[in-house]
Amino acid sequence: MTTFDLETQDLRALNAALHKLPLAGSNQAFRVLNPNGEHSIAVGVDADVEITIDGPVGYFCGGMCRQARITIEGNAGQGVGENMESGLIHVKGDASQSAGATGRGGLLLIEGNASARCGISMKGVDIVVKGDIGHLSGFMAQTGRMVVFGEAGESLGDSLYEARLYVRGPVTSLGADCIAKEMRDEHRAELYDLLKAAGEAGKIDVGDFTRYGSARTLYNFHVDNAGAY
Amino acid sequence: MCGIAGLFIKDKALEPQLGALLARMTSTLCGRGPDSAGFAIYGAERPGAIKITVQGTGTTDFAALAAALGQAIGAEVPFAQHWTHAVLAVPREKTEIAESWIDARSDIALVSKGARLEIFKEVGYPDDVAANFGIPAMAGTHGIAHTRMATESAVTTDGAHPFSTGADQCLVHNGSLSNHASLRRELLADGIRIRTQNDSEVAAGYISRELRAGKSLGQALEDSLCDLDGFFTFVIGTEDGFGVLRDPIACKPAVMAETDQYVAFASEYKSLTGLPGIKTARVWEPKPAQSYFWEHA
Repeated sequence: MTTFDLETQDLRALNAALHKLPLAGSNQAFRVLNPNGEHSIAVGVDADVEITIDGPVGYFCGGMCRQARITIEGNAGQGVGENMESGLIHVKGDASQSAGATGRGGLLLIEGNASARCGISMKGVDIVVKGDIGHLSGFMAQTGRMVVFGEAGESLGDSLYEARLYVRGPVTSLGADCIAKEMRDEHRAELYDLLKAAGEAGKIDVGDFTRYGSARTLYNFHVDNAGAY
Repeated sequence: MCGIAGLFIKDKALEPQLGALLARMTSTLCGRGPDSAGFAIYGAERPGAIKITVQGTGTTDFAALAAALGQAIGAEVPFAQHWTHAVLAVPREKTEIAESWIDARSDIALVSKGARLEIFKEVGYPDDVAANFGIPAMAGTHGIAHTRMATESAVTTDGAHPFSTGADQCLVHNGSLSNHASLRRELLADGIRIRTQNDSEVAAGYISRELRAGKSLGQALEDSLCDLDGFFTFVIGTEDGFGVLRDPIACKPAVMAETDQYVAFASEYKSLTGLPGIKTARVWEPKPAQSYFWEHA
């Protein structure tokens, strides 16, 4: 176990140490003390490493990571896990705006709420939020899955591509071209797997969720609309 | 970018530390706004007097200025100098004539007036600005601060926040307004004094006008969502209160914390880390298009 105390040690030294880890087989553990809301903690890590951060973090924590398993013992600022490619980011508190933005893979698990634009332009990441999500979440989300135990704010899934959104609570409003869709067996199965990954399988009924997805009408030119141009 | 910090103290025991805590919060926001900084402090009242804060040229002889003002209004004018600014204590009934006298001079500018409000703002790195004004030594019930990265107007003291367009009222803004030119004309026609070309001063003027019309601060903030076009996070101070509003899109960051001792606002969580008891505080992100307001009883 390597411990970094950001009260006395430099954030760049921490990130440099994480970047030096070999791509495979390191199986190391890092503990970060006194993160004090610093930005860009543990970004761009590509190693088999367990990172525990002992409090609230600022912007972009765990951004662009591969493989790493990061636990944040507190709230996360804007863009937690933005563009993450694989691995796990577990936020024990709330996440601010744009959580998991453009994420390409891995799992972003948020115990509390996420605010606006959660999963904006996501490209393959899975996001599970145990609380509510804010407005414009899933905006232009391309692929991947987002699961929300609570409520979704205005304009959910606006201009959505092929990401699948599962929301248990009420949705304030749906964005352009986002519609509620039928839950088929394959969807129940994938939702069950996601709940399992989030440690909630068997505690929550997959039947309580509604699936939202693209109506696939937004980007197709339709001859009936020719007069509008 | 810009950074905002605000602190509303609930526990009187913390009041002597207002300036020190606010300066510490602002210090972590230097990177968000290295151009200029400003502080609004709601301090002690002077019975029978209105405090007028004026900004000088840097070489202004404030003793001579206070004497000249005293002569013009026929009353003694005690003053306290803080770096390039001075707080002039004018008898309440002489406020208007003192204000006209100040406005007629080109070597000083009126920054704020009010029973309790004092505003100090200058171009420069926020830590230096705070130290030069002696902010850490100031006591008060609430205060707001701003670090500026200029967008809509020049890097001048005039363009620095907070803006005050009414007695004991002030506003700081992170964002940018698109309809400030037309709204400024409207407000000027309605008799609101707007002194600069800055978009945020127009927002302050708008709130002042709505309050003057008898609206509550909460109502004024809510109505601003319809009338202001642009993006913004505002923190607003009144003689007894402290309000927060974010536009419906909420692209500007905001985080709040509350304990039994205080309510605090900042652009980034980092800014709150120096506050007492922050580790056990309730921390949350204010919702878009929802006004938040606290008032001293």
